[in-house]
Amino acid sequence: MENVVLHVADVHKSFAGLHALSDIDLSVREGETHAIIGPNGAGKSTLLNVCIGRLRPDSGHVVFDGENLTGKQPHQINQLGVVRVFQTPEIFPELSLLENVMIPVLAKRDGAFKLSWFKRFSGELDARSKAEGILEDLGLGSLIGGEAGSLSRGDKRRLELAMGLAQEPRLLLLDEPTAGMARHDTNATIDLLKRIKARGMTKVIIEHDMHVVFSLADRITVLAGGRIICQGTPEEVKADPRVKEAYLGEEQV
Amino acid sequence: MNKMSAISDWILFFGFAIAVLTMPIWLAPFGANYPDLMQRFAIFGLFAIGFNILFGLTGYLSFGHAAFLGIGSYTAVWSFKLLTMNVLPAVMFSILMAGIFAFAIGFISLRRSGIYFSILTLAFAQMSYNLAYSVLTPITNGETGLQLTLADPRMIDAMAGIEATRTLPTTNLFGMKMSGMPGFYFCAAALIIGFFISIRIFRSPFGVMLRGIKSNQNRMAYTGLNTRPYLIWAFVISGMYAGAAGALMAVTDPLAGAERMQWTASGEVVLMTILGGAGTLVGPFLGASLIKYFENIFSAYNTTNLNQIFDFMPDSIQPYVVDIAGLFVGKGWHLTLGLLFMITVIFLPGGIMEGVRRIGLLFKRNKKNTVDAGGATPAANS
Amino acid sequence: MDALLLQVLNGLDKGGAYALIALGLTLVFGTLGVVNFAHGALFMLGAFCAVTLEKILTISTKVKDESITFFDAYKEVPILEAKYPVVGGFIVDYSVPFSILVAIPVMLLIGLIMERGLIRHFYKRPHADQILVTFGLAIILQEIVKHYFGANPIPQSAPDIVSGSANIGAVFGLGDNLVYPWWRLIYLAFSLSIIGGVFAFLQFTTFGMVVRAGMQDREMVGLLGINIQRRFTIVFGLAAVVAGVAGVMYTPILPPDYHMGMDFLVLSFVVVVVGGMGSLGGAVLAGFLLGILQSFASMNEIKSVLPGIDQIIIYLVAVIVLLVRPRGLMGRKGIMED
Repeated sequence: MENVVLHVADVHKSFAGLHALSDIDLSVREGETHAIIGPNGAGKSTLLNVCIGRLRPDSGHVVFDGENLTGKQPHQINQLGVVRVFQTPEIFPELSLLENVMIPVLAKRDGAFKLSWFKRFSGELDARSKAEGILEDLGLGSLIGGEAGSLSRGDKRRLELAMGLAQEPRLLLLDEPTAGMARHDTNATIDLLKRIKARGMTKVIIEHDMHVVFSLADRITVLAGGRIICQGTPEEVKADPRVKEAYLGEEQV
Repeated sequence: MNKMSAISDWILFFGFAIAVLTMPIWLAPFGANYPDLMQRFAIFGLFAIGFNILFGLTGYLSFGHAAFLGIGSYTAVWSFKLLTMNVLPAVMFSILMAGIFAFAIGFISLRRSGIYFSILTLAFAQMSYNLAYSVLTPITNGETGLQLTLADPRMIDAMAGIEATRTLPTTNLFGMKMSGMPGFYFCAAALIIGFFISIRIFRSPFGVMLRGIKSNQNRMAYTGLNTRPYLIWAFVISGMYAGAAGALMAVTDPLAGAERMQWTASGEVVLMTILGGAGTLVGPFLGASLIKYFENIFSAYNTTNLNQIFDFMPDSIQPYVVDIAGLFVGKGWHLTLGLLFMITVIFLPGGIMEGVRRIGLLFKRNKKNTVDAGGATPAANS
Repeated sequence: MDALLLQVLNGLDKGGAYALIALGLTLVFGTLGVVNFAHGALFMLGAFCAVTLEKILTISTKVKDESITFFDAYKEVPILEAKYPVVGGFIVDYSVPFSILVAIPVMLLIGLIMERGLIRHFYKRPHADQILVTFGLAIILQEIVKHYFGANPIPQSAPDIVSGSANIGAVFGLGDNLVYPWWRLIYLAFSLSIIGGVFAFLQFTTFGMVVRAGMQDREMVGLLGINIQRRFTIVFGLAAVVAGVAGVMYTPILPPDYHMGMDFLVLSFVVVVVGGMGSLGGAVLAGFLLGILQSFASMNEIKSVLPGIDQIIIYLVAVIVLLVRPRGLMGRKGIMED
């Protein structure tokens, strides 16, 4: 077996008797881009939430690089290098773009807590230039001093991606990174994600847009009704009849 | 840009320091330049500046900070009684003691957020207040309040050979009496130091993290930050400010009573902070000074004054006007306070500083129409 | 055993008052989503309805005191009693119960004005703002009362017929020396019946059904096209009336003063939190529970072991409940956590 970074082992999760996830067994290998697809309500977001500690699985566990993530606090999981980019942009609306990106940079550098109340925030020049570089990279360089809350929805999503990248994650979990984006922006985001891939960052992507999935993914897991129905390379998945069945009436694969 | 902001902070700091130290001069036209009142400006300013570090930065609304004020006062008076009339150790001990209590209360209360946090702090403050009134009487002297007596040991003073006098000793700073103007300058110095620390915290990575918590606490956790220690530190620091303010109250008037810990007193510091502008640097001091100034003016009026003021009115309405105005002055000052509270929250939730900013923005916009002044950076937290 | 029963009864009384105030608080919170720090002031205003009515009824005149025969003596007698000895005397004697009739419309009006004039504009504002603005209002109300009625408590008396004590020892077969004031028993029955009334109203009327549905899911009810706004106003008025009559009936037990509202508010908030924010049953349960706990804590036997416990027991319980079971005894999960 290749170098497995994230291993979701036999995870079950139900809400009020409703099985959201059952028998989930999933391995993500170092450096790969792993897409999780499936029709609405298949349990994709629940799975992602289990991975980052927002939800606790009823049984089974999630192992990242030899560390059991189950039961860990969200900030602990993040400090291990597992970073999630949310579907609804989770940013700091009252803070400037620069501050929004510098916070994750500092969190990566200084750990979960550091009482540095006598330094100047704006004097953190290394963190600052790094954050500026990332914002520049994502085309937000001109808005750097503005308030994050006043951004357009698409820009907010890009800002969140910037916040995720600022942490140089070992595993990046992306929840529909291009949902609600115009085609032009979608292509830009795909290019960007391809560039990250070249740097060897492991990614898990949840995505509806098959164009995005097939241009990025090395391997694909298909979820339906809280179960994995198919797993393999894009070609294998394309060919699998069960996938077509699950998506029947949803989208053309 | 970094150097610029650092310089503007120094300008702000020195401007503040000069304004505070010259209060005896420029407050004269307002008739507010006597030490007793100016001491209160400084003390409550310090209290509000500290409260703002918690409420203004993190958004956590504590309804129990008066407890730390009370603890500070009691500790200071005990330091006067047992050790020395020198004020420095008293202030140090008070800050330390308030910090310890703040840590204990904050550690528990900060396990909850939102209104639950407010209620928890309120519950702790009420417990402190009730206990100070009842079983803790040996320490707090209950309803009478803790006072100096001739029989106090004052061990350090005794060792230093300062003779006990027939009258009660006065608080001093290495021999300098801490009443009147010297007392004011001591409080002013404490306020200026407190303001300086507050600037540093606001501009530090720690301060930005606290603002991040206010903005989106969940996101902080998913960014790998443990928000609890950040919040606990903010709580403890603001508790220490309250302890220092309590100590200064005892410095200028060496007695301590439980009523200082009542939750309405906690409400007052909340009002000071939001009136001036929560989350701004100078706002809380402005709010505190304004409230103490108006308290002073309004409480001084009585029916006789009012009759004189409204003397010009026809006799048929004058008594009614006096009666209504009488509601707001003298002992009715609290009514004015409540009204101020409501007006601020309803019409100006950002406080005075927000009002100033809006007016400033108006001017800026006018200017922009004529000369296109580019690169306007948002003037946050001035 | 006698002492224990006595403490339970004492606790039930106090608990009745807590429960009635907390009921309104939690109702307003659950439906309107507003944290109302002026709710205690409504309790206080109710009590002062009784004071006002009593003051009006007992506007006095001087009449000759017939009992003194050596010289001409005069005593003050309420005009009402002087003019109509039988009916007038009866009305004066029963001024507290009559006050309820006055308090209901007055409190309803106050509640409606408060909701329309102030609370409504704060539905969407953060809880901190709601707390602060109603806190300001509470200060204003209590200062106005202080201005007109003074700072001292004004004792009110229960009707003569129930001013004595009931021999409950005999009822429970515990001997004759266990007596308990009639009025306190009446208060307990009164609070229970009001609580029952409120629950029945919410349970069995269409209006109540909508309100309960609104407590479950406000947006949902709004989507159904039901004019929730008007109902909210009425709910607020109802809560004001409940707090008000609770205040009226409490006056013979505790002489009202201007800051009684604040004292009860803090305790009632604790009650609401312990019961679970937005849970009606929880508020009632917690109200009685904390009332009883408090009265047990003030027993000398307990105070001698844990000095000062009577002063802090309620807050202590609140702290423990909030930490161990943040949603309170009967609250739903996650409410107001953010």
